[in-house]
Amino acid sequence: MVTVKDLAKMEDLLLKGNAACAGCPIGVALRTTLKALGKKTIMFVPACCTSVVQGIGPGAAISVPLFNTAFETAASVASGAAAAAEILGKDVTILAWAGDGGTYDIGLQAISGAAERGDNVLYICYNNQMYSNTGIQRSGATPLGAWTTTTWTGKTEHMKDMGMILIAHRVPYVAATSVGYPDDIYEKVKKAKEKKGFRYIDILAPCPPGWRFPSDMTIRLGKLAIETGFWLLYEYEDGELRFNGYTKLVAEGKREFKPVEEFLRLQDRFRHLFEPKRRDDILEEIQRWIKERFEWYLSLAKI
Amino acid sequence: MSGRKVIIDTGNSAVAYAVKDAEAKVIAAYPITPQTTIVEKIAQFIEYGQMDAKMIRVESEHSAMAAIIGSEAMGVRSFTATSSHGLALMHEMLWYASNARLPVVMAVANRTMGPPWNIWADWGDAMADRDIGWIISWAANNQEVYDFTLISYRVAEDKRIVLPAMVNLEAFVLTHTSMPFEICGEETREYLPEYDPAWKLDPDDPIIMGNLFSPADTMKLRWDMWESMERAKKVIAEAIREYNERFNRNYEGLIKTYKMDDADYAILSMGTMGEEAEVATDVLREEGLKVGTVRINFFRPFPREDIIKTLNGVSRVIILERSSSIGASGQIMQDLGQSLLLEKMQLDVNDVFIGIGGTDVSYEDIVNIVKKAIKGDLAPLYWYGSEGW
Repeated sequence: MVTVKDLAKMEDLLLKGNAACAGCPIGVALRTTLKALGKKTIMFVPACCTSVVQGIGPGAAISVPLFNTAFETAASVASGAAAAAEILGKDVTILAWAGDGGTYDIGLQAISGAAERGDNVLYICYNNQMYSNTGIQRSGATPLGAWTTTTWTGKTEHMKDMGMILIAHRVPYVAATSVGYPDDIYEKVKKAKEKKGFRYIDILAPCPPGWRFPSDMTIRLGKLAIETGFWLLYEYEDGELRFNGYTKLVAEGKREFKPVEEFLRLQDRFRHLFEPKRRDDILEEIQRWIKERFEWYLSLAKI
Repeated sequence: MSGRKVIIDTGNSAVAYAVKDAEAKVIAAYPITPQTTIVEKIAQFIEYGQMDAKMIRVESEHSAMAAIIGSEAMGVRSFTATSSHGLALMHEMLWYASNARLPVVMAVANRTMGPPWNIWADWGDAMADRDIGWIISWAANNQEVYDFTLISYRVAEDKRIVLPAMVNLEAFVLTHTSMPFEICGEETREYLPEYDPAWKLDPDDPIIMGNLFSPADTMKLRWDMWESMERAKKVIAEAIREYNERFNRNYEGLIKTYKMDDADYAILSMGTMGEEAEVATDVLREEGLKVGTVRINFFRPFPREDIIKTLNGVSRVIILERSSSIGASGQIMQDLGQSLLLEKMQLDVNDVFIGIGGTDVSYEDIVNIVKKAIKGDLAPLYWYGSEGW
């Protein structure tokens, strides 16, 4: 298992001078991903914060070839590139790198098509649970109760379960991880790289301006999301679902999930659930949802 | 070298043969009537081992265009075909092909946009994409379908151009109508060399395509596309000349003129109606009317200079349009208008909407229209048959 110290020594392909905000989870997620994949990687990026993080053209702050494409096309452009790589006999990783808006919502059809066809694409969603690049609007990945600029009093629906949608496609590899654990991201990307066909990794990416928390707390929130069961660490591989890290410990009965409030309270996107009046109805529903979702996963998993 | 032979087949087959002879390596497509038999035939070529390419059977036209943008960006010659609603769904990605300077080639089986459902010929689908920076041609017979597809690859990939190209063939009139045409087979190789991309995604030389640019830099990029499209007039003419010499064809250039030398009146059109107008021209000539026909083969770049030159000495132009820019005029009329203004030329014009929604157009219809126009009995903007509605 790689350590965070090991990661620090590896060559950076996300360069200094990139345009990420302070505390941006892309800095962790993309840096770690590119360390795991190496230089023989070609990226396809739809409209998302990474469009901006690259910096202003004609310069660029990412050291692998990258094609910026339309919002809903990360998977489909990558499908074409994967076909071309096969024709050319090129040993490269075709990486579709998209936010949750481009994945859970507008890009879903193209992802489903590429997954069903088994196109040789590694699709990674860095998931900050909203349309962050356009100014924090609600997406299909936004959790119940979260404030966004299109849900001022809190989203009234739960997030979509994208991982399960991909598992239902029976692709070779599906994983969920979190910016709280760069070592877990690294291991999962590395494993996905070695597989052929359509592979999907969903990286939970706590966003300081979007989730409204101080920029030094990105990693802490990435860990708390896992420790509370709000997000799960798992891998679906060769038809089997397994848990990792803290999620695995809970599944094995060695730990318990912390109350979700510990995670929610640190983010101002949930402040209206605590003041001026405590919203027990929503807080209890989130806690219930976590329990029910985890039981669903447990029923499918080999621990 | 071998492989040149005359076959009798449909316009859609002509496209498929051209794509095979062009040795396109990635084809992505989604079915829509009347384009389907193009991709069916290509799929058959590939599965039967007659064509070395990879076919991606995508889940939408939007993904079809996106996929060939991905493969072309990797440096592989690519192709797709669509029609009508499929083309409309692709619209967003057509911009990515042109603005990212990816010389993909696409066949469009021109079909009416709904509602109502209507699978017959209409130029409206492609006309909605005329301002995006694609080279656009319209074929009038299956030989042109085949030839224009190969010429399109040659021009699109030319380092002086590097823009995508669309070849239009009208629904059923061409797509499903069999007629003889010659295919070039392996001899195509001499005309269309292996694809050497102007840029590509390559880890050995990493570049980023399409990140944030300043307004001023973006404007420069658009100017460069403008210049390339202007240059395309010359490059297309060159490519056609060489094609003529190599394969014994006699294409005139971006336009085709018929009996225009001494014409007092000109019919201006495109595609199959442009060819039908030649028959009408013969009939009108027999009646002593000095009529000629100008057929636009390449609509983008618009062959302004060629058209103005051939119209010199003509008193009236009758335009036959299978689409309309509702609330303005026909699209050919608009481009003729800009040409006349730029060349400080004046003409009497009748803009006639005919064949819309796939209505049948015979030479007799055209003869009637021209006679009325010459008498001065036709409104400048006229929907054929509308007096009875």
